[in-house]
Amino acid sequence: MELLLAIITGLLYAAGIYMIMRRSIVKLILGIVLLGNGVNLLIFLLGRITKGEPPIISDSDKILEGIFADPIPQALILTAIVISFGLQSFAIILVKRAYKVLKTDDLDQLNTTDEDS
Amino acid sequence: MLEAVLVGFIFAILLVFVGRWFRGPIAVVSALIPIGLFVYFLWHIGGISAGDVIYESYRWIPSFGVNLSFKLDGLSLLFSLMITGVGSLVFLYTAAYLKGHKYLDRFYGYLSLFMAAMLGLVLSDNLISMFVFWELTSISSFFLIGFNNDSKASRQSALVALGITGLGGLLLLGGALLLGFISGTYEISEMLTQSDVITQHPYYALAAILMFGAAFTKSAQFPFHFWLPGAMKAPTPVSTYLHSATMVKAGVYLLFRFSPVLGQTELWHTTLISIGAITMLYSAIHIIFRTDLKGILAYSTISALGILVFLIGIGTEAALIAASVFIVVHALYKASLFLITGIIDHETGTRDITKLTGLRKVLLPVAIAGFIAALISGGVPPSIGFVGKDLIYEATLHSNNAVLLTVLAIATNALLFYGGFVAGVKPFMGQLPKKFEKIHLPSPLMWLPPLIMVTAGIIFGIAPGLVETTFAQPIVNVMFTSAEDVHLKLWHGFNLVLGLSALTLAVGTILYFLLKPTHQKETFISQFNFIAPKDLTLKLSDGFEWFGHIWTGYFQNGYLRHYLSIVVGFIILLLGYLLLFDFDLDIDYASLARITVYEIAIVLMMVIAIIFTVFTKSRLAAVAAMGVVGFAFSLFFLFYSAPDLAMTQFSVDTLTVILFVLVLYKLPTYLKLTNDKIRIKHGILSLSLGGLITILILKVLNEPKNTEITDFYAENAYKLAHGKNIVNVILVDFRGIDTMIEISVLVVAALGVFGLLKLRLKTKDKK
Repeated sequence: MELLLAIITGLLYAAGIYMIMRRSIVKLILGIVLLGNGVNLLIFLLGRITKGEPPIISDSDKILEGIFADPIPQALILTAIVISFGLQSFAIILVKRAYKVLKTDDLDQLNTTDEDS
Repeated sequence: MLEAVLVGFIFAILLVFVGRWFRGPIAVVSALIPIGLFVYFLWHIGGISAGDVIYESYRWIPSFGVNLSFKLDGLSLLFSLMITGVGSLVFLYTAAYLKGHKYLDRFYGYLSLFMAAMLGLVLSDNLISMFVFWELTSISSFFLIGFNNDSKASRQSALVALGITGLGGLLLLGGALLLGFISGTYEISEMLTQSDVITQHPYYALAAILMFGAAFTKSAQFPFHFWLPGAMKAPTPVSTYLHSATMVKAGVYLLFRFSPVLGQTELWHTTLISIGAITMLYSAIHIIFRTDLKGILAYSTISALGILVFLIGIGTEAALIAASVFIVVHALYKASLFLITGIIDHETGTRDITKLTGLRKVLLPVAIAGFIAALISGGVPPSIGFVGKDLIYEATLHSNNAVLLTVLAIATNALLFYGGFVAGVKPFMGQLPKKFEKIHLPSPLMWLPPLIMVTAGIIFGIAPGLVETTFAQPIVNVMFTSAEDVHLKLWHGFNLVLGLSALTLAVGTILYFLLKPTHQKETFISQFNFIAPKDLTLKLSDGFEWFGHIWTGYFQNGYLRHYLSIVVGFIILLLGYLLLFDFDLDIDYASLARITVYEIAIVLMMVIAIIFTVFTKSRLAAVAAMGVVGFAFSLFFLFYSAPDLAMTQFSVDTLTVILFVLVLYKLPTYLKLTNDKIRIKHGILSLSLGGLITILILKVLNEPKNTEITDFYAENAYKLAHGKNIVNVILVDFRGIDTMIEISVLVVAALGVFGLLKLRLKTKDKK
């Protein structure tokens, strides 16, 4: 399974970067989302994957023993997901505003600060 | 001594606040500072010539070996007296020269900043603090050259000077660090004891070359000399003070100071003699082709600096005595000539030597000063210049290459004789043109200083013992551990040196009567400007500018995809290069057999959704496909023991899709903006990066995993934090503050979203 997931991570990176390189801002945001997913998956994989053993201490125990999924990548990814949500929602609204004012979503026409060009 | 250095800085800072008072006639009071310092150093003469060395040290950054240590010995005393002595006269002179100038206070501020920095430079015994003062002199020189800041030529010359001397400063820093590394100390007096270690060190040549670079740029040696004629754009007091008497001698001082440390090697002698000789002759010849008085003086200054470097290069005791006397000689006559030029410029409004004649009739005291200055410069007895020139021949005659060096010295001296007479005598001879008849003698503040200096030149000439005991002997004592006694005399009897001296005077006189400075000559020489170091350097700097333009235009062109392509391309090259040498993937294909059906389903779902997101032509479909990727992720997290992640991913993804869809109908439809060629190029770049990431992951997965931190949480989550869901415990307890900050970030984002939405409502209302 790791092999397949590694390939998917690579695919997410490729798709994300490709989308970010497009000229439309909407695609740019989609690209960032895809890339973000790729990074999350990367972190998750580096913590090794474990099936069906969540890092939760059973009622009777006081410490976690035996085989269990690594909680650290999970904590990291949880933070990452939430933060990227903040980024995405802000970006989406910003794009909408920018389009309303500038009447374009072509990045090539947004690379100057002069109002009249 | 620290106080002596600081007083100039303090005055400069004070002027920032009380400068208004110093713009009027009271400005002349500021001359009390250099005069006071001059007296202070005069007072030390007795002790120093008796062999004392005064040393003071203050700890600055002891851990780096950087101290504010000052040493007053024969060499630094000579320079200190020159700095404060010429400084006093220049301060007085300026009061009349720039009378009523609206930035007079600023000028005095720069001057005293410079004076303090220059004193610090020659008194420092620590190379690093010397470097700091060295740079301060360059900076104050920059401000003084560009003092007429509304003139473009002034600003440009100031920049060129700063560029060249700043380059020298960097070289000095490099040399200082290297010498510090070799000898383990930055104290110059401690380096002196390690001269053998330093000259035999493998890095000796590099250190010496760095120090040469610093000295040559500061002291305007070929091929860095061209900033000095440009620096003549500064008001004349500045040219007098910085660019003939003191600052340009800092490089000479550096060579002097370091000749006991770095000298007496083949490299030292060869470099200094050849560069000095080229400089002194090259710029002496240039004197013939100049018609601007200050231009003549600038080139003769460069030539004199060349002589000094040349003498230090010869390095014998006779040569160093000659150099130290010549420093005094040059300061006296060149500063006077500059001040005289300033008076002429101030009164007639021109410095063109072809237009200036007969001024003795209106400016008699100035003419007298000019005549005596020319005598000193030409080395006519009984002036100190005669003694100085004799000593130079004495030094060249006893060097290894006596004939060649003596011939060079004679040629240079004859041309300097010519230059001195053109600048000091020619403007006062002949008929007085009508337009100059109404000229009056300016304030004594202007003509007394040059007169004082040339009088000193004659007194020293008649009684050379004064120079001998105060400067020459103490300096030689600094340079050589077992120095012989120095005996300066005006009259040596009839010998070869006297013959050479007479020859110099004869050639110089012939030159003066044969060669007339004309504009034709100036035009003639300017044809060769394209091979002069100045033009070549300016072309080089234009080239840099052009290159910078192209470079920035290519790498910073404002297109996100371009930046990204470069970053990604670079990563690919770097990683690809590494992987090329270390490509052994150990893939466990057997594990593929254990994959279950639902896992394959998720993987397929993800792959299809990703491809669909990228290639669909509909925005809505793209957003939906992206949603599918997210939900597939939730499922995946669920299978692989991360229920919290699954929950979060699920809700966040839902929200994102909803937000997108809400906004989407306001946005334009997809347009095909780029052509296929670029798409393919980007596709190849992205896929290469993706492939590399995959390979990297597979390689990392083969490495053993460190579980130390994981084990800590597994053990302590319940014991310390009383939580059983370890992921939650990490987030809200162990890393609670991080989570709080994260929440604040979200709040800020939410406020931003809210603000942007509100903004929309308002504009709508207006419509």
